[in-house]
Amino acid sequence: MLRIRNLQAGYGKLRVLRGVSLHVRAGELVTIIGANGAGKTTLLHTVAGLVPAQGGEIEFDGTDLTRVAAHSIVGHGCALVPEGRQVFAVMSVEENLLLGAYTRLARDRTGVRDTLEGVYRLFPVLRERRRQYAGTLSGGEQQMVAIGRARMAQPRLLMLDEPSMGLAPLVVKDIFKTLAGLHAAGVTILLVEQNARAALAIADRGYVMETGAILMEGAARDLLNNNDVQRAYLGKDYQSIGERTLPGAETQRQTR
Amino acid sequence: MIYNREYETMTRSDLAQLQIERLQTTLNRVYRHVAFYHETFDREGVDLEKVRSLDDLQRLPFTTKEDLRRSYPYGMFAVPLRDIVRLHASSGTTGQPIVVGYTRNDLQHWSEVVARTLSAAGVTEHDVVQIAFQYSLFTGGLGFHYGAERLGAAVIPASSHTNATEQILIMRDYKTSVLVTMPSHALALAAARAALPQQPGDWPLKIGIFGAEPWSEELRRHIEERLHLTAYDSYGLTEIIGPGISGECVHRNGLHVNEDHFIVEVINPLTLAPAAAGAAGELVFTTITKEGFPLVRYRTGDVAALNPAPCACGRTLARMSRVARRTDDLISIRGRKLFPTQLQEMVRASGGLAPQVRVVLSRVAEEDALEIQVAFAEDFGGLDEVRQVEQIRQALTQRIEQAFGLTPRIVFLEYSTLHQSCGAKNLRVVDNRPS
Repeated sequence: MLRIRNLQAGYGKLRVLRGVSLHVRAGELVTIIGANGAGKTTLLHTVAGLVPAQGGEIEFDGTDLTRVAAHSIVGHGCALVPEGRQVFAVMSVEENLLLGAYTRLARDRTGVRDTLEGVYRLFPVLRERRRQYAGTLSGGEQQMVAIGRARMAQPRLLMLDEPSMGLAPLVVKDIFKTLAGLHAAGVTILLVEQNARAALAIADRGYVMETGAILMEGAARDLLNNNDVQRAYLGKDYQSIGERTLPGAETQRQTR
Repeated sequence: MIYNREYETMTRSDLAQLQIERLQTTLNRVYRHVAFYHETFDREGVDLEKVRSLDDLQRLPFTTKEDLRRSYPYGMFAVPLRDIVRLHASSGTTGQPIVVGYTRNDLQHWSEVVARTLSAAGVTEHDVVQIAFQYSLFTGGLGFHYGAERLGAAVIPASSHTNATEQILIMRDYKTSVLVTMPSHALALAAARAALPQQPGDWPLKIGIFGAEPWSEELRRHIEERLHLTAYDSYGLTEIIGPGISGECVHRNGLHVNEDHFIVEVINPLTLAPAAAGAAGELVFTTITKEGFPLVRYRTGDVAALNPAPCACGRTLARMSRVARRTDDLISIRGRKLFPTQLQEMVRASGGLAPQVRVVLSRVAEEDALEIQVAFAEDFGGLDEVRQVEQIRQALTQRIEQAFGLTPRIVFLEYSTLHQSCGAKNLRVVDNRPS
């Protein structure tokens, strides 16, 4: 569905993506993990047309997206849920959602209604708050609005940028459960996440990105097993350091 | 049976995408983690960002056996030793051994590609698989073991510590349905079976998967007749992973290379340029999923041709032809070129002779001489007549003359003497010519 080859992009003289290749097949949930500044967000922004590609190809269902203007990429079936939600605070929840369907609002009103119903079924709490200003919602609910808004465009590929950022652990769990549910329903998802453990737990495959290049590709379970990934992104060594201090603590207890 | 339909039958275009992605990740990792590659790429001016397609692979330097020897034991590892969970080594019969390391994921992938090889030959979880490869530093035993276990078969780790008769008794009593070993060992087992005082009736044995030494179609037919099984060829190399690089499917029309894990190229060993499509040349492999011991463009010295056409079995993975010879043992004598395995083939076809062959090249009166040392098979009973010995000698001489235009000297040795000096490959070439 999505095939990226040798993608190069950056900001002015700053080169961020140094020849990135990756793919997402229809129905897959693929995650890109990596530290802050690795280029993950730039990658999504380049696919979405927000940052121009300086080289390489982005092939989406046969179309070269590097030649498509940013505003029509959604029309091609590729929607981005941006980092930090970016909901319109002084608009109602429903207005925010309808905004996601702007490409077809004029010509397909009943279709849009149906999609909106689908979003409300996915996130019942949004139906309750449809008239409320989006700015008054909690972070988790705002994330639901952001995902719902992207769903309104009925994209074939849903891209999410750090959906867990700034959310309480329980809320993160809910959001990932929703993503897993969407995936199970056949939605194709490209997920960029710093929370590598949560992302790999629901993904089919993953890519590890470092300083603008992909260092690893593989089944999500292989990446979870990889010691480099464990050390760099899953905090494995913190845990083992913690375990090493245990015998000392025991001794203390004994002497007391 | 196709073990992993998703990867074994993917379109060539999807495969190309996967290969370039994995190639780029491998290059990024070896450049960061393996000093040899860091230095080589810098010295050769390789810009990894310019490796944009599989064709660009051709601009990368090769890795040779010499490079691996120089890095003995751990110089080529791409991860710290604490991430390695298994070590194997090449035999070292032709020089310093090469040590290879596997991470946990490497073992998983290895099991998978071997399971594919077994599955392609028709092995299922209902089979009893007797592995008569040595369980040791050699990758054959444990490599097939993990693959067969992954498949869910009942595995007999018979190894090679038992003698042929014991292997045969295990085979009979445990109801072995699949035999995995070297073709020459299969012959020894066939002889041991024929020597059993009571010939058993129907054995469940039906599939043989053979590898680790060059063999031929003729030997395949011979083994099949004597052991009453269908024999499949498999190909592996310690440096790349061990068994599981490629294997035959039921159509037995080439060995499917697991190209989602290994990129294969065929080059002209002299010019190092890519061989013409479909032409035989030296196999060159690049590992694209290995974590512990990744290799870029490793020259195997094995000669084969590649066929990328889809197979009737449904696999889209390219097929390589049987590896019958190596680039480095080509014998050049009196302007003629021949491979020792070709001579071995003729000896085997002679009937009555043991499979072991020793080839001695010397220079007598300014002229190169070819001597072929053979022995009678242990079970050959017709030695009483000198005339018969002469017949065999003449027939073999004629064959070689016809094929190569050279008249060899045929020397008969004691079986035990020849066996000892030939090693596991049943073949030894001694070149006494002054260089």
